[in-house]
Amino acid sequence: MAATVLGFGALTLVVCVLAPLAGSTSIDLAKVFDRTQPFADNVDAQVFFIARMPRVVAAGIVGAGLALSGVVFQALLRNPLASPDTLGVSAGATLGAMLALTARADFTVFGVSVVPLATFAGAVGSLAIVFALSMARRRGTSTTVLLLGGIAIAALLNAAGRFIQYLTADITGTFRTVQWMMGSLDVGSYAPIVASLVPFGIACAGFATLPRVLDLVSLGEEAAEARGVDVVRTERLALVSASLSTGAAVSLGGPILFVGIIVPHIVRLIVGADHRLVLPASALFGASFLVGCDLVARTVASPVEVPVGVITAIIGGPFFLWLLFRGR
Amino acid sequence: MAVIQRQIGLRAKGSGLLVALALALGVQPSALAQARRVVSIIPATTEMLFAMGAGDRVIAIGTYDHYPPEAQKLPKVGALIDPNVEQILQMRPDLVVIYGTQTELKQRLERARIPYYSYVHKGLADITETMRSLGARVGAADAGNALASRVERQLADIREHVSKAPHPKTLIVFERERRTLRNIYASGGEGFLHDMLVAAGGVDAMADVRRQSVTMSTEMVLDRAPDVIIELRYAKDDIDDTDTTVWNRLASIPAVRNRRVIVLTGEEFVVPGPRVGEATRRLAAALHPELRW
Repeated sequence: MAATVLGFGALTLVVCVLAPLAGSTSIDLAKVFDRTQPFADNVDAQVFFIARMPRVVAAGIVGAGLALSGVVFQALLRNPLASPDTLGVSAGATLGAMLALTARADFTVFGVSVVPLATFAGAVGSLAIVFALSMARRRGTSTTVLLLGGIAIAALLNAAGRFIQYLTADITGTFRTVQWMMGSLDVGSYAPIVASLVPFGIACAGFATLPRVLDLVSLGEEAAEARGVDVVRTERLALVSASLSTGAAVSLGGPILFVGIIVPHIVRLIVGADHRLVLPASALFGASFLVGCDLVARTVASPVEVPVGVITAIIGGPFFLWLLFRGR
Repeated sequence: MAVIQRQIGLRAKGSGLLVALALALGVQPSALAQARRVVSIIPATTEMLFAMGAGDRVIAIGTYDHYPPEAQKLPKVGALIDPNVEQILQMRPDLVVIYGTQTELKQRLERARIPYYSYVHKGLADITETMRSLGARVGAADAGNALASRVERQLADIREHVSKAPHPKTLIVFERERRTLRNIYASGGEGFLHDMLVAAGGVDAMADVRRQSVTMSTEMVLDRAPDVIIELRYAKDDIDDTDTTVWNRLASIPAVRNRRVIVLTGEEFVVPGPRVGEATRRLAAALHPELRW
């Protein structure tokens, strides 16, 4: 088991070390680490440390965050199509971003601008509604109710977003929202990364307690309860952790949705269904997958870039199909 | 034939024969159908029509048409993505000025036998060409010509004025996420912003990318190392002098080192209409503060 996680860890390490070496421009590594030249004048060092490194780190966090949330949602809802998107999280995030973009709000908190803050609030807020729905029931909630509630909330939030855009009739606001929805990992500084590490860290602490109970819950609520699992508590802990993780990821990179649904499946096809393996392996594979996809996105059509969400779908889709059908 | 048909906007069934007959008789296209009830839903063409003195023929404008002030009393009938077809048809226009990509609107106008004039943003030369053909279409050919010539003269004067000055490598940024260097959109080596930059005596840092707009990563900006960065803002409330400080992170860029990140505010930078001459002059003044303006 440890060997498998180590294998995924090694893959992540290799991808993360190689990714900053390539990009849309060519840089000289000797110059990057040349201390004799002031940093302000060293273009190669600036490309490496200001443009590429934050991007690789952001891609790692976003990939891991979305993949972990995907695993948890799929296990919790016992539905292979569940993803961070299913419970209205990305609809909430998009609404948050849209409000910030159309209202032209303009402030920063600890160096983080208003758009990622509003995105995070929207993502967590939408799951809070789902959470409140589940609280309103006496003992947990059926997965069907949770799923349908999530879909209804997603539809409601999408409609609210469109209505706001329609009312404001501001073409630059619309343009900014469309642009944001394409997703981008070019975060431009370390401040949003540091900010996202707080909710992501809390989420990871929550995820760490989940592997065994998720194994049992994914067999069915009654079976889990018979084995002493507090299903209601597990559900709530999982929902809070997954919402924090998704919120952190979406606020950092925008809605890069494909990772959350596809990575958990790829990992399960490789390592099996044991969540003690699936959770860490998904985090590591999600990170390396998105770092790799972003590398392709910024080099394949150089000097221009392709939206990373396009690459995740082009690479992830066929790979997933191949894994699915190879043994049949 | 197809070109003439496009210019005069007659697409209704059977009109081709009529046009051929009229042309054979030596009738000028402009005299064929001079529109008197014009709906213009594109900001640039609305500005053109008013600037050439044909504003009295305009009966409705688009949602995003904010200029000139005298146009604002007219009803607004949607825009690029949401034209209100019912409202447009109800107004019984004899010409609708639309954008080239509005294919569904075109089809519906064709079905209603309402002529349209299809317009697409391109380079500076296309702007003056549009002024001439649109003027002819609304029976203001002379005014359209005069307006086009005036803009061409303004541009020629600017080119002449900056011809001896050094031409700085310039990046035109027309959109980015506030307070960050995320989602930077810059002008590429095509289109009216590129043409305006060249006319204003700048070298386009993105000239080799043959597109009207380019999504820029911070890496690309560092690599292009522009001498000047021009940030365009469209609305007055968008002005935030401190906002350009985020560029200071990219200290190796000459524009940042030499404090030549310049914000220019005004709708004329996004509307390729009669105000392009003035916009180009402002751009040239920003690029060449050493010259007298």
